[in-house]
Amino acid sequence: MTSRSEIRFVLNGQDITLDQVAADETLLDFLRIDRRLTGTKEGCAEGDCGACTVLVGRLQAGALHYEPVNACIRLLASVDACHVVTIEHLSGPGGQLHPVQQAMVDHHASQCGFCTPGIVMSLYALWMENPAPLEIEIETALQGNLCRCTGYEPILRAAQAASDLGSPTGDALNRERNHMTGRLKALCDGRRVDVRKGTSRAILPASVDDLAEVLLAHPEATIVAGATDVGLWVTKFLQEISPVVFLNHLEGLRRIEVGPDGIKIGAGVSYTDSRAVLTAGYPHLAAFWDRIAGWQIRAMGTVGGNLANGSPIGDTPPVLIALGASLTLRKGADRRRLPVEDFFIDYGKQDLAPGEFLESIHVPQSKKGTRHAAYKISKRRDEDISAVCAAFNLTVEDGTITAARIAFGGMAATPKRAAHAEAALIGQPWDEATLMQAAACLDDDFSPLTDWRASAAYRLQVSKNLFRRFWLEQQGTGQPVRLSA
Amino acid sequence: MNRHDTPQAPGATDPGSGPARARAAAGTRPIKGGVSKDMQHDSAIKHVTGRATYCDDIAEPAGTLHAYLGLSTRAHARIMELDFSAVQRAAGVVGVLTAADIPGVNDVSPTGRNDEPVLAEQKVEFWGQPVFAVVAETRDAARRAARLARITYEDLPHVLEPDVARAQGGPYVTPPLTLKRGTAETELLKAPHRLKGEMRVGGQDHLYLEGHIAFALPGEDDDVTVHSSTQHPTEAQHMVAHVLGVPSNAVTVNVRRMGGGFGGKETQMNLFCAVAAVAAKKWHRPVKIRPDRDDDMSATGKRHDFVIDYEVGFDDAGVICAVKADFTARCGFSSDLSGPVTDRALFHADNAYYYPNVLLNSHPMKTNTVSNTAFRGFGGPQGVMAAERIIEEIAYALGRDTFDIRKANFYGTETRNVTPYHQTVEDNIAPRIVSELEQNADYQSRRQAVLDWNAKGGVIRRGIALTPVKFGISFTATWYNQAGALLHIYTDGSIQLNHGGTEMGQGLNTKVAQVVAEELQVDIDRIKITRTTTEKVPNTSATAASSGSDLNGMAAQDAALQIKERLTDFAAEQWQTDRSNIRFIANAVQIDEETVPFADFIRQAYMARVHLSAAGFYKTPKIHWDRATGKGRPFYYYAYGAACSEVSVDTLTGEYRVERTDILHDVGRSLNPVIDKGQIEGAFVQGMGWLTTEELWWDAQGQLRTHAPSTYKIPLASDRPRIFNVALVRWSENRENTIKRSKAVGEPPFMLGISVFEALSHAVASVAEYQTCPRLDAPATPERVLMAIERLRRG
Ligand SMILES: Cc1cc2nc3c(=O)[nH]c(=O)nc-3n(C[C@@H](O)[C@@H](O)[C@H](O)COP(=O)(O)OP(=O)(O)OC[C@H]3O[C@@H](n4cnc5c(N)ncnc54)[C@H](O)[C@@H]3O)c2cc1C
Ligand code: FES
Ligand code: FES
Repeated sequence: MTSRSEIRFVLNGQDITLDQVAADETLLDFLRIDRRLTGTKEGCAEGDCGACTVLVGRLQAGALHYEPVNACIRLLASVDACHVVTIEHLSGPGGQLHPVQQAMVDHHASQCGFCTPGIVMSLYALWMENPAPLEIEIETALQGNLCRCTGYEPILRAAQAASDLGSPTGDALNRERNHMTGRLKALCDGRRVDVRKGTSRAILPASVDDLAEVLLAHPEATIVAGATDVGLWVTKFLQEISPVVFLNHLEGLRRIEVGPDGIKIGAGVSYTDSRAVLTAGYPHLAAFWDRIAGWQIRAMGTVGGNLANGSPIGDTPPVLIALGASLTLRKGADRRRLPVEDFFIDYGKQDLAPGEFLESIHVPQSKKGTRHAAYKISKRRDEDISAVCAAFNLTVEDGTITAARIAFGGMAATPKRAAHAEAALIGQPWDEATLMQAAACLDDDFSPLTDWRASAAYRLQVSKNLFRRFWLEQQGTGQPVRLSA
Repeated sequence: MNRHDTPQAPGATDPGSGPARARAAAGTRPIKGGVSKDMQHDSAIKHVTGRATYCDDIAEPAGTLHAYLGLSTRAHARIMELDFSAVQRAAGVVGVLTAADIPGVNDVSPTGRNDEPVLAEQKVEFWGQPVFAVVAETRDAARRAARLARITYEDLPHVLEPDVARAQGGPYVTPPLTLKRGTAETELLKAPHRLKGEMRVGGQDHLYLEGHIAFALPGEDDDVTVHSSTQHPTEAQHMVAHVLGVPSNAVTVNVRRMGGGFGGKETQMNLFCAVAAVAAKKWHRPVKIRPDRDDDMSATGKRHDFVIDYEVGFDDAGVICAVKADFTARCGFSSDLSGPVTDRALFHADNAYYYPNVLLNSHPMKTNTVSNTAFRGFGGPQGVMAAERIIEEIAYALGRDTFDIRKANFYGTETRNVTPYHQTVEDNIAPRIVSELEQNADYQSRRQAVLDWNAKGGVIRRGIALTPVKFGISFTATWYNQAGALLHIYTDGSIQLNHGGTEMGQGLNTKVAQVVAEELQVDIDRIKITRTTTEKVPNTSATAASSGSDLNGMAAQDAALQIKERLTDFAAEQWQTDRSNIRFIANAVQIDEETVPFADFIRQAYMARVHLSAAGFYKTPKIHWDRATGKGRPFYYYAYGAACSEVSVDTLTGEYRVERTDILHDVGRSLNPVIDKGQIEGAFVQGMGWLTTEELWWDAQGQLRTHAPSTYKIPLASDRPRIFNVALVRWSENRENTIKRSKAVGEPPFMLGISVFEALSHAVASVAEYQTCPRLDAPATPERVLMAIERLRRG
């Protein structure tokens, strides 16, 4: 089948076809500059403020699903076959305010108003999913939205009041869901998309096999999943990324399979979509997962991208290493499987050959007798990068520690196991003294850096203290050992 | 003609409601939107629909060019060579601006000290200093090309920290200030107890959601019009004129609204306005400049960081005998507003406490960092931090609750009421507010519960603190305390109002419109406030120092009263009655027994040739300040407040959470309670952010590494207190004759955030049984909290 050299999507109510799209063009610039839809704002161009929040609806297993995303780092070519909804689409035909907008007005939830369109969009997404949210659910939905004026209090009140003003069943996006599903299906023609602007080129392969083929032909290509890292290379560093090969439109990579030997997560699965299956097997990950980035980023970003990016401060590598996860890499038709910890060779260097891509991640089933924890330490509780991330996985049999996998992020040039600490645990009695001895071994395991997130001294100190937290938590003394959410 | 005949004046339909309905409503119900009413922000609907226009949303005329700054990558260096050959060759580039292209004076120093070049010449003095600007067909092209410049530097030694600068005998950027009353030095020696210490208080980035931006359109002759997001259009106008070398009358600056300012757009926008204007004149095309967030944060000033050395003498009851303190500030490479900012730090180093003998010195140090500037509170918060640290020191030394020490040192009403700058505190309501909050927040029993909880020795500790605020209102530069307004009534009875203040989210336009609605007794919908422009109201002051509604509300009221005066004269004459029989009632004028709807009345006034436009003016009375002697009355009045915060702290990690905050805050007789409450909530959270997670971090080379929200962490929704009770002091009314007896609200509640910091300190102290003052530095990041805990545990 020949490839298609244009991208097609629906913007609010309008069909858009673009035959000139650069690899690094962002959705935000397209909206603001090309379409003059200026309601969507730029506050940071790095995914951290939410002023640019729009909804993107896409088909998943035939069903239309809307998510809030950061238009500033969403690459334009990746909205092929999607429905993009901006703030301009929210009010009714006669200009009457949407319930979320009306609630924001009623509760005086805007001051300067610059964050407001983005906040309205996040709250709109929340209201559609969960019209009567708890306070903590609202806070979680707003982890990716900054407001410098209001102190958030009136915004929370508005979020709680919105459902009194209207229910999502009557909402335009829901009323037109079937119609829009049909419109988007019509855009999915199963062809490879290969779109260019000048010398810049973006490719959306037709299938996973096609992806493998494209990458063999273009080993120099930049692979893009959620673009929550790559987007910043563009907006912050003006890096040349063409040709780009997108992958998370591929249903074949968005699958999650649960089998006897564990959970298999496709490389295109977002943080959001992987949450349920992971936390079912590993309940300790629930609180942890909600502290990775904010809602928009979790909807876009993938676990696969987090691994492939190879950052020493990524949150999922230590967790996956501690769980004993592995990954499948594919080049053409060849596949190889690798423990996650072996994937990270050195700072900025992963075991990934040109033309090769990460296809899936395998997380083993939880075993009896294992004790788990995952901790994230950051300056701000939510939407912050870890100063230290720690994951524990200890097997205790008859009061003796028989296996230990403890991995840290933020402590070395790569996500890394605490080998000395692990050794100090194995074969020892499961008690506080053993754990504190192991904690002391961190001095041998790591010599962390001082930077703007934390000093070396703090990183070491807090890492050691986390051994005590782990012990106390496992003991279940009845006394809280962590702050409540 | 019968005097009741009203010939149709041009354009005479009643706005919004239509004549018939207006007539029905006239006089029968109270007006909508008078003072003291909860009125929504006039742009609220535009905000939530995305239709509010910010500077970057203004449609660009064909041919608009974009400028992008090139910033220095050295903290201090001589510029040896500038090579723009690759820049010039890049796609879309129209040209490069350097200092040599500036037709007038290469300086935007707001205080006339001539120490702040628009574009660096010969040398750069901080990492991030603008050196040149690329002008190109698109912003993207300009931004890309700016990275292609080759600058050769020769490094010079740099100094980043203010205390290091002072120790090295480095220069001040502006003259220091001394405040002195009594004989602190001798009284310190005589005091039963004496303590000294050092505190470091970090700076703060404004992180307004809308960054800096200016958009200049060239006109004929020397003219240029600049749309910008500035808090000080008049100063931007003067600076653009100065830089272009043209008179001020050639330059117009317009501001519809800002996406947040907080002081960060008081002077810092001048540079962007100047660059856009110079480029627009040079190429005769509209030019827009908008830095990205990293450049915005690297190139523009922030709240001043301070190192505070204090010494206090006190008696057994914890009553202060004498205080001596040195305030060493990181001012950056130029003076900007560092003079008045460091002055204000000293003015607030007493907070709400009486110092019988006091000696305060400021040290505004030059450092090789971005030039620090105004930020909500303007140095005041840093001063208050010193006062609260001194209180803590005394409390821990005597083994007492900090709250008791606070109460023991409050200003009195008849005695003990003179400040370090010799102004008498005439309106002290702090003790009453504090004791009401103590009751409302149930302070004493909650404190006991905190102590009991901590006594169990668990991992999670609690802390609680109740702190007061007293904040002086007025610009300390006396001449700034003036304002103008322009009011037009059109023949259809619609009203256009303009004043010198700018709207940055604080609801100023709404409040000023309420004042006019009240004076003229018309519904607020009848009044349109247009953008702020130097064309309508000249020589305005910055919308700063919390003064927006105090000054502009008064000026607008003056304009309304002038017109009302003329209208009353007209009615007395036309209806042949006494002026005392004329009343402005809701949307109508009552003359004797007759009620004339407002629009009809205005039409008649027009036909009778009444001047329906007025320029209002106001200047604040009573204030004076002699900086040389450190004496005077710099403040017209004080605003007060108090906050009680309770926190939980994880003693293994230093992480924390604010469990509850109760606030009682004084805004006098509020012009708009719901807007004032919004200011208080927002200011509190911003103040809390300053002292907790917002950390500015420079590397050894002098590069700021926390220059975007990814690395600089302001509070999120999940950081606000779990329980958050905010109340206005209902009984308060300004003793001075301010607009409707209200008080300023922009800045004072910022300092309520200090209650969180003090509560954290309390929780930390618990690990050493409250025997040691934790001496926490700010911001109290989880790291600083944990390291303080570990320090206290080691003993
Ligand atoms: C505001 C914000 C907050 C964030 N907060 C956190 C946080 O709290 N914790 C955290 O860990 N991270 C955080 N991140 C980073 C995190 O979102 C990314 O690391 C994300 O997981 C990357 O996934 P992606 O799908 O977006 O990858 P992309 O950005 O698309 O790609 C990332 C890298 O992986 C490569 N890649 C992607 N998929 C594959 C594949 N299948 N095969 C081979 N190579 C591939 C790409 O080429 C690129 O090098 C944050 C980012 C932002 C913008
Ligand atoms: S502009 Fe800040 S998240 Fe997109
Ligand atoms: S209202 Fe100004 S940033 Fe939210």
